[in-house]
Amino acid sequence: MRIEIEKVTKRLGSTLVIDAVSLEIREREFIGLLGPSGSGKTTLLRILAGLEFADEGRVLFGGRDGATLTVEAREVGIVFQHYALFGHMSVFENIAFGLKVRPRSSRPPRREIAATVERLLQLVQLEGFGSRFPQQLSGGQRQRVAFARALATKPKLLLLDEPFGALDAKVRVDLRRWLRELHDATALTTVFVTHDQEEALALADRVAIMAGGRIEQVGTPTEVYEAPQTPFVYEFLGRTNAFDCVIADGRARIGDKSFPVENKLPDGPAVAFVRPHDVILRHLDDLEPSADATITSAASVRVVTVLGPKAWVELSLGAQVIAAEVAREVATQLAIAAGKSYKLQLRLPRFFQKEAKVSRPE
Amino acid sequence: MNAVSTIARARGTKRHVLPGFGLTLGFTLTYLGFIVLIPLAVLFVQAAGAGGARFVGELTNPRTLSAFRVSFETAFVAACLNAAFGLLIAWVLVRYRFPGRRFVDALIDLPFGLPTAVAGISLTTLYASTGWLGRPLAALDIHVAFTRLGILVALVFVGLPFVVRTVEPVLRDFDRELEEAAALLGANRAHIVARVILPPLVPALLTGFTLAFARAIGEYGSVIFIAGNMPGLTEILPLLIVIKLEQFDYAGATVIAALMLVASFVLLLAINLLQGWMRRRQGG
Amino acid sequence: MADGFALARRPDRGMSAPPRVRLPLSEPALMRGAMLALALAFLGVFLVLPLTVVFAEAFSQGARVYFAALTEPEAIAAIRLTVLTAAICVPLNTAFGLAAAWSITKFEFPGKSLLLTLIDLPFSVSPVVAGLVYVLLFGLQGLFGTWLVEHGIKIIFAVPGIALATLFVTLPFVARELIPLMDSQGTTQEEAALVLGANGRQTFLRVTLPSIKWGLLYGVLLCNGRAIGEFGAVAVVSGHIIGLTNTMPLHIEVLYNDYAFAASFAVASLLTLMALVTLAMKTILEWRVGRAAAIHVH
Repeated sequence: MRIEIEKVTKRLGSTLVIDAVSLEIREREFIGLLGPSGSGKTTLLRILAGLEFADEGRVLFGGRDGATLTVEAREVGIVFQHYALFGHMSVFENIAFGLKVRPRSSRPPRREIAATVERLLQLVQLEGFGSRFPQQLSGGQRQRVAFARALATKPKLLLLDEPFGALDAKVRVDLRRWLRELHDATALTTVFVTHDQEEALALADRVAIMAGGRIEQVGTPTEVYEAPQTPFVYEFLGRTNAFDCVIADGRARIGDKSFPVENKLPDGPAVAFVRPHDVILRHLDDLEPSADATITSAASVRVVTVLGPKAWVELSLGAQVIAAEVAREVATQLAIAAGKSYKLQLRLPRFFQKEAKVSRPE
Repeated sequence: MNAVSTIARARGTKRHVLPGFGLTLGFTLTYLGFIVLIPLAVLFVQAAGAGGARFVGELTNPRTLSAFRVSFETAFVAACLNAAFGLLIAWVLVRYRFPGRRFVDALIDLPFGLPTAVAGISLTTLYASTGWLGRPLAALDIHVAFTRLGILVALVFVGLPFVVRTVEPVLRDFDRELEEAAALLGANRAHIVARVILPPLVPALLTGFTLAFARAIGEYGSVIFIAGNMPGLTEILPLLIVIKLEQFDYAGATVIAALMLVASFVLLLAINLLQGWMRRRQGG
Repeated sequence: MADGFALARRPDRGMSAPPRVRLPLSEPALMRGAMLALALAFLGVFLVLPLTVVFAEAFSQGARVYFAALTEPEAIAAIRLTVLTAAICVPLNTAFGLAAAWSITKFEFPGKSLLLTLIDLPFSVSPVVAGLVYVLLFGLQGLFGTWLVEHGIKIIFAVPGIALATLFVTLPFVARELIPLMDSQGTTQEEAALVLGANGRQTFLRVTLPSIKWGLLYGVLLCNGRAIGEFGAVAVVSGHIIGLTNTMPLHIEVLYNDYAFAASFAVASLLTLMALVTLAMKTILEWRVGRAAAIHVH
């Protein structure tokens, strides 16, 4: 089912929780709403579910205005972060609930309900668990029951509210893979909310990054990571170094070098972002002909931390602290250690106007 | 209740997702209004209608004044006793292990569940000069039944569970590490109890005290059998109200009831404020 | 836990191996014993003795007198009236408790804490005042007194008055049990049910009610206990008309004032047994409610 969110606004008291958000969700798409807490992503999800109402704007479900639809007519399924399983009902009863509460005219016969539940238990790999109760299940199992329950009513839209937030790291990784397979098998339009960028980037077809009630950027995981459109997106996804600079005639100075500014920004104060893995350390006497991108003033190493295949190096260049991510072999090769000095080569700096930092959430 | 509530209504009215808000709140307010609020309001209106002269008359009436004194003084002392012993009992129940502890813990709630009339006749029989406790006490020339002491005993009975039940959970949740830290810093047991454990209990103690006090002021059934009910000596306020009613002196009964409610309210408010002040000082 | 206190105070701390210092994490054993004895003595005097007296006095003239007291017509009428009052008041106040708890815990609206305070009001009002307010309304000289006489309706000195006074006094019990319980359960389960297509009735009956059943039972028990045992409020409105408007507590008073002590205590023993049963069930339910609360910890 296609969803069109048109200029939806929601206030809570005097706070603007969602600010004129528009988003189009395609058929069969797996889209993630990613952002820090307070960004409005959960509220937006609840509006899609019909659990909250927008103050302005509207949402179209397959072309129909959500305001005219009852919660059931939306054909939505939702999975909550803390499962919200009915503790006094067995796993079977939980999954069958959506079918059992249908009005008599549209209620499937008991045998059919049982068959559906069995099928779903197989789908979520919990065959034989039908007579157990939620307290007897692990967190990961409970969440899978919650999925089965949501899928039982054959929804056209699946909404997931930080579905793995309450689970251990290992379980989370397993379920992530399982969820992706599930989506590929069911081809159900799915919207999920998370604050875990790794999860969003790993799972989603497209990611909408939200902050302060607005969508900062929508795009595929690659797009948002490699071509962030706002400073917030850049800083939110992955670590970053920020350099204050001034743009003059299409160039800006970082350290003692002048860099070309690509995106046609006007002259004035700006900030340049460089990812830690785009900070290359070079020996002071290295004469590599990449003079344009190499800062020649020496940066001295403060701390080196080796974590598995990577080394994180913290350097100070004047008053600024810079983080560099270096492959372990390179760290060994350069014999990086605290106190030593290197030249820094900066690759792919992205420039943004200084004022553009307005959309930062509190 | 389902389809209608989510269909578009005029923008600006608050819509609720869960159904039944209007129905349940409406019923709640109506029921509460008719059973409790309107009757109480009528009481105050009628009391006000009795006129200022009547109020002054009652306030200066020695019998009324005595009833106020008897009720409030005995309630206060009983609440203090309940606070002291309630703290002790809560301490013993939470921190000590002894056979039958669970049973004792369950028994604490007896005054909550025992009908007041039963408590009344039972205590009277127990403390009358022929009673199991009354006789030995009479030998010591201590008379409980039909004296203020009797009222006190009855009020201690009815207020017994309040302090225990409010202090118990706080004591149970008390972090033993605080005691250990204090001990390692060199405090002796008395210090630890007085300066580390007791202070956080004070708010709960005050709450329990307040509840016991409020209950004791209005208590009727447990007291009238053992009190003796002599005007000016052992007559409690609720009894005075009943007597006025039996004499069809509605105005008098109303005035006294209103005064009693106001006095209780003021006292409880004062204690609440005291609690709030203490909480702010202690930082919660 | 021995007397670690004394160990730390050993005077001789010379060159020998340092004494094993035990921290004063508990009172000295003697003190503990004294405190325990004092606490138990207090409880024995104030709780156990009165309980024992009830049964001792009830049977003080033998079993025949005991059963005669319970089966004489006035006693039976009192029992019937008490049961009738409870049968009226408990369901009504349960309905109130459910409605109040639903509206307060599942929705946001201003004035909630005021509403909570108002619900607690009957607790802070003397039961005599509870009876008084109804006499003021429906008594002969009350607000509606003449109107009621004209229409031949009796409230005061009749069952309706007793029911009203008892309603007043027992109003908060079920609500006070349900409100914190439902508050801690939140609204997610109901929301899940709604999105799955359940309507309000189905959500309440299938999702909410089962998860509050122990707390509800607990509240109903407390409400029932108080309704049966209420004395002060009922004494004011009932008129003590023997055989007609005497509940069991009032009947106890009547018997006692007539010096029929054994009979009085016989009826009292019935109420005491009920109280003890309620206490036992309370304890069992408390254990259950504690477990039920654990179910909702994800």
